[in-house]
Amino acid sequence: MSNAPQQQDTAVRMSGIEMRFGPVRANRGASLEVARGEIHALVGENGAGKSTLMRVLSGMYVPNAGTVEVSGRDVTGWSTARAIESGVGMVHQHFMLVPTLTVAENVILGRELTKGGQLDRARAVAEVRTLSERTGLLVDPARMVRDLSVGEAQRVEILKALYRGAKILILDEPTAVLSPPEIEELWQVLRGMRDAGDTIVLITHKLDEVMAISDTVTVMRQGETVGRVATRGTSPADLARLMVGRDVTLAADMAHHASTTAGAHQQEQGAAALEVRDLVVQGARGVTAVNHVSFSVRPGEILGIAGVEGNGQTELIEAIAGLRAPRGGSIHLGSADVTSMAVRPRGDAGLSHIPEDRHERGLILDFSIADNLVLGQQHRFRKGALLDHARIAENATTQVATYDIRPTDSSLPARALSGGNQQKIVIAREMSRDFTVLLAAQPTRGVDVGAIEFIHAQLRQAREAGKAVLLVSADLAEVLALSDRVAVMYEGKIVALLPRAEATIERLGAFMTGAEHAA
Amino acid sequence: MRKLLILVGALFVVHVALLFVRPSGAAQPPAAGDALDIGIVFDVGGRGDKSFNDGAYNGAERAAKELGARVRFVEPGDGSDREAGLRLLAAEGVDLVIGVGFIFTDDLTQLAREYPNTRFAGVDYSVGSDKDGKVILPPANLAALKFREEEGSYLVGSLAALVSKSKKVGFVGGMNFPLIQKFEAGYIAGVQHVCPKCTVVSQYAGVTPEAFRNPGKGKELALSQYQQGVDVIFHASGSTGLGVFEAARQTGHLAIGVDADQYAEAPGYILTSMVKGVDAAVFDAIKRTKENTFKGGIYQFGLAEQGVGYVYDEHNKALIPAAVRAQLEQIRAEIIAGRIKVPSSR
Amino acid sequence: MMTREKFEEAVLPPVVALLVAMLVGDALILLFGQSPGAVYRMLLEGTWGNAYGLGQVLYKATTLTFTGLAVAIGLRAGLFNIGAESQLAAGGFMAAVVGLAIPAGVPALLLLPVYFLAAALAGGAVGALPGWLKARFGAHEVITTIMLNFVVLALLNYLISSRFKVPDTLHTRELASGRLPRLDAFLPAFHGSAANVVLLLALAAAVLVGWFLFRTRAGFELRATGLQPAAAEYGGVKVGRVWWHAMAISGALAGIGGLNYVLGYKGYYEEGFATGAGFLGIAVALVGRSHPVGIVLAALLFATLSQGGLAVNALVPKQMVDVLQAVVIIAVATSVPEVRRLLRGFRRSNDA
Repeated sequence: MSNAPQQQDTAVRMSGIEMRFGPVRANRGASLEVARGEIHALVGENGAGKSTLMRVLSGMYVPNAGTVEVSGRDVTGWSTARAIESGVGMVHQHFMLVPTLTVAENVILGRELTKGGQLDRARAVAEVRTLSERTGLLVDPARMVRDLSVGEAQRVEILKALYRGAKILILDEPTAVLSPPEIEELWQVLRGMRDAGDTIVLITHKLDEVMAISDTVTVMRQGETVGRVATRGTSPADLARLMVGRDVTLAADMAHHASTTAGAHQQEQGAAALEVRDLVVQGARGVTAVNHVSFSVRPGEILGIAGVEGNGQTELIEAIAGLRAPRGGSIHLGSADVTSMAVRPRGDAGLSHIPEDRHERGLILDFSIADNLVLGQQHRFRKGALLDHARIAENATTQVATYDIRPTDSSLPARALSGGNQQKIVIAREMSRDFTVLLAAQPTRGVDVGAIEFIHAQLRQAREAGKAVLLVSADLAEVLALSDRVAVMYEGKIVALLPRAEATIERLGAFMTGAEHAA
Repeated sequence: MRKLLILVGALFVVHVALLFVRPSGAAQPPAAGDALDIGIVFDVGGRGDKSFNDGAYNGAERAAKELGARVRFVEPGDGSDREAGLRLLAAEGVDLVIGVGFIFTDDLTQLAREYPNTRFAGVDYSVGSDKDGKVILPPANLAALKFREEEGSYLVGSLAALVSKSKKVGFVGGMNFPLIQKFEAGYIAGVQHVCPKCTVVSQYAGVTPEAFRNPGKGKELALSQYQQGVDVIFHASGSTGLGVFEAARQTGHLAIGVDADQYAEAPGYILTSMVKGVDAAVFDAIKRTKENTFKGGIYQFGLAEQGVGYVYDEHNKALIPAAVRAQLEQIRAEIIAGRIKVPSSR
Repeated sequence: MMTREKFEEAVLPPVVALLVAMLVGDALILLFGQSPGAVYRMLLEGTWGNAYGLGQVLYKATTLTFTGLAVAIGLRAGLFNIGAESQLAAGGFMAAVVGLAIPAGVPALLLLPVYFLAAALAGGAVGALPGWLKARFGAHEVITTIMLNFVVLALLNYLISSRFKVPDTLHTRELASGRLPRLDAFLPAFHGSAANVVLLLALAAAVLVGWFLFRTRAGFELRATGLQPAAAEYGGVKVGRVWWHAMAISGALAGIGGLNYVLGYKGYYEEGFATGAGFLGIAVALVGRSHPVGIVLAALLFATLSQGGLAVNALVPKQMVDVLQAVVIIAVATSVPEVRRLLRGFRRSNDA
C-alpha cells in the first residue's frame, strides 16, 4: 500500500525488462504502464516479445533484469501462484482446460470447494453461474467442456481467471478463434469489466481490434517498447508504422482494390483446375467433418473459404492434399481424378500446399532451412539413393535470396527463425515448384505485418500467373482482401458461395455463425 | 550454457576431491606375495542365492579366517564375463581359481590348458565322455568337484515319505537337466525305498538357468502341489526355492531345503535341508592349495566323504521323531556300505 | 559446420550426466568403505591399462555398438525399440543354426555373407513385426517389442534346450566353418581377450548408418518421420512404411551384433550369450545422442564400465557398477532432447 496517489492509478508498471533465452533476447529493456480500469492493447509483430513480457507479469518467467510493479508494489520475480493471489490472471492462446470435466469443475480446478472431504458440486455450479451472469460470460456451468464451442471455451478460461479473483486480466490473442459476432460479444464483456473497475491487457496484432476496444496502446518491436499512445489519438497506419518501423500497406486497404480487379480475372475462366465433388470426410472421433461439399476453382482465380475454425476447413484441405482419405465423393486436378492418390503423386500432378500448421506439418523445425526448402521434393533432389546436397544448397541459396528469408544462413534449423520467416520457407518451397493448384491454409497465421504483406503479394502473383488458389483463412479481412469468390463453411457444409462483390463482413458473419443459410 | 559449464567444473572439483578420500578400512588391491590368493567366479546372478553359490562363498570365507587366504570374488554381468572373470584372476597369478557351477566347464577346461601353472577347480564341473563312453579327464591342474547329490536326496526322500501323512510328496527342480535330475532320481528312489505306495509329484521351473532364479514360479508350483495333497516338498532350484518356502509358510506345510541349511528361511516349516558340502569342498580345495597337495582330477563327494547329507539339529529335532532318525541313519550306513544302490538318473 | 554452441549443447549434457554418475559412484564406494581413487584406478587399469582388458572392452563395445545403432535407428524414426535384446539373440541363433549345416573347410570369407544375411534376416524379422503392427494397427512399439522379447527369448530357450544343445551345456555344437579370427591373431598382445574382427564390422556399420541417415533420401525421410510424422506425411513420405522399414533395419543391426559372440568369440550359440546387451543398447543410443560417433563412444564407455566392474569386483560389489550405469542412464535420459521428444510423443499419443 503506497501513499503516492499517482501510483494508485497505475495497475501495472514494468520497466527495463530483460528476458533472455540462451542467445535469444526476447525482451530488451521493455517497459509497460497500464492504468487502473482501462483496456490496454499490447501490439507488435509476432516475435516482438509481447507474450514474453506478459508471462513475466503473470509470474511464469523471472526476468534477467528490470522491475515489475503491481499496484505500486515491487513484485519482480514473483511466482504464478503469488500473481494469482494478487489478482493477476492470464488467459493463454491455447486453452488449458480438461475436456472431460464440466465447466464448473474446470473453473474451480485448483481451488475446489469441499464439503466433508467431498467435492461440493452444487455450490461450485451455483458460484460459477453467479459469476457467469454477473460478467455476461454466458455458459452453462453443468456442460462438459469438450462439448463447448471455441468461443464458449474461451469464456470458461476467462471465468477461471476471474474466479481466482483476477483484477488485472491479461488476454493473449483472444480473437484468433472467434467469429465476428463472438468477438463483438467478447468486447461487450470486456467493456463491462472495465466499467466495473477491472484492468485488462489485450495482446493482439490486429489493429482493427486495437482501434475498436482499447483505451491505450503500447507498441513493441523486437523486444523493445517503441511507443505508448492513447487510442483516440492514433490510427492503424501510425500503429503499423510503429510496429514494423516503416510504412506498410494494410490488408483492409487492399480489400477494395481486390474486389475491383476480381471481375477481370473471372473473365479468363476456363475449365476448373481443381474440382471437388460431393466430398465427405471424417474428422477426429469419427464425426463427419466435411459433409457433401462440392466446388471448383478455375485457373487465375482465388477462392476464399471463410468460417470459424473447426467447421471442417482443416479436414477439407487435408483431403484435397491427400493427407486424409475421404469417405465419399471425388477430387479432380484438371482432368485427373486424384481421389485415391498418395501425397507425392498429387504433388507431381500439380498440387502445391501451404499447410495451416507450419510447426506440425509445414516444416521440420530441427531440419535446416535448406532441407526444409526441399521437403516433399526430396525425390527431385537426389543422385540415385543419395540426396544431392550440392543442388539442395544451391536451391537454398536461390530461395533464400528470392524470398528474402532471414537469417540467410541456410544451414540453421528452421526452429531458429521467426514465424514470418518460417512461413516464408514454406511459401518459397510451395511457390517455386511446378504447380497448377495452390492450397493456402491460414497462410498468414502468426506472421508479422511485413510478412503478411509479402505473402499476400505472392498469392496474388500466383493468380496473375494463372494458378488456381484455394485460400482458407480464419481472418475475414484476409479472405476479403484476396478472394475472387468467397465460400463460407459452417458445420462441414459450404453454406454460402458469393462473388466478392456481394460478400460483406455482415453477410459473411451471419453465415459463419449459422444464422443464415443459402447456397 | 555458461551455467552448465560452471556446473561441470564444480562437479569435477568435488569428484577429484573425493578421489583422495581414503576410509580407514579401505582394502589394498591384492598384490603378488607369499599370501595365499584365491579367486572365485560365481555364475551370473548367483551370489545371494542362499544355497549353492553362497555355499562356495562360505567355504572361502572360512578359508580366509582359518587359513589366512586372501579371496577375491567376481560376479559376472553376462555370459562372456565368465571366461573374462576366470582369466582376470588367472592373469593376476592367484594360486587357485574356482568357477562355481556346471556352466563354467568349457571355460575352465580351456583356461587350465592356457595357464598350466595355475590351479583351477570347478564346482559341479561336468565331466564329459568320448564316443566310446570313456570319461574324458580334466587337465592335470583342474579339479572337478562333484557331488553325489543323489545320495543325499535319497535320504531326504526317505525322510519325506516317513513324515508324510498324505503319502504324497513333492519335488520342485530348477532347470530341467541332468544335474538336477540326479536330485530327483535319488529323491524318488528314497521315497520308494521306505514307502512303495507313496506318490511323488515332480516338477521343474524351466529349462534355462533362469529357472534357478525365479521365486515366483517356485511359489506357484509349490502351492499347486500342496493343493493336490502333497505335504512335503523337496526343492533343488536355487533361489527359486525361496518361493517354495513362502508357499510352505503360507499353507502350513513342510519343505526341504537344498545345498545349504536353509532353516532360517522359514523357521518351523523347513523339515531339513539336503546339504551339499560346497563350502567343505571349496575349503578343502583351498586347504590343499595351501598345503601344496592340490591335484587335478575328479573329486566325488558323497555320503561317505560327508560331501552330502541332511540337517538334524536343535532346530528341526522336533519335526523328526527319534525312530525316523534311527531309520535314516540305518539307510545312510547301507548306502555307504554299498548295500543300497542309488540311481543317478531317471 | 558445428558452431561452438551447438557442440556444447550436444556434448555438455552427457558430460554432466557422466560426472553426476561418477559422484554417485564416489559416494557408493565410500559407503563400502573403500577409496574412490583406488577403485577408479583399478577400474582403469583393468580395462584400458592392459591389452587384455582393452580387448575385452573392445569385445563388449562391439556388441553394444550394434545394439546402440539399432536403437538409434529406431529413435531417429521416432520409435522406441526395446526389443534389441531378443533381436540380438535371434540373429546370433540363426547364424549358429545356419552354420551348423555347413561342413568344415569352407573359407570364412566366403561364408561371412551367409552368416551376415542369416543374422540380419532373423533380427530384422523380429524387428519388422512390431514396426508393421504399429503401421497397420497403431500398436505401440514399446509394448510390442517388450512382449516380443519374452516370446522370442522363450522360443530360443525352448529350441536350444530341446533340439540344439550339447548335453550338459546350454550351447550348440561348435561351428565347423566360418569362425572369424580374434584380434590376437594379428596383435599377440590381445591374447585371451574375446575381441575379434567383428569389431571392424561394427565400425563399418556405424559409418554406414551415419551415411544412411544423413546422406540418403531414405535417411532424410526417416529422420523427418521421427521428428515430425505429420510433416513427413505432408512431404509425401509414407510414414507407416518408414516405421516398419526402420524397425526392420534396427532389428537387423541388432541381429548382426550376435555374430560377435557366435563367429568371433565362442563359435557357437549359447543361451543368454549377451544378456542385457540389448537393453544396454538403449542407454548407448541415448548417451550417444543417436549419432554414430556418439554411439561408438558411448559403447566404449559402457563396455569399460562393464569390464571395469569385473576388475574392481574385489573391492566393491558388482551392483555398484550396475548402479553407476543406471545413474548414467537416468542422468542422460533427463537431459537429452531426444528423450524429451519421445516423452512428448507419448503424451501426444495419449491425448489422441
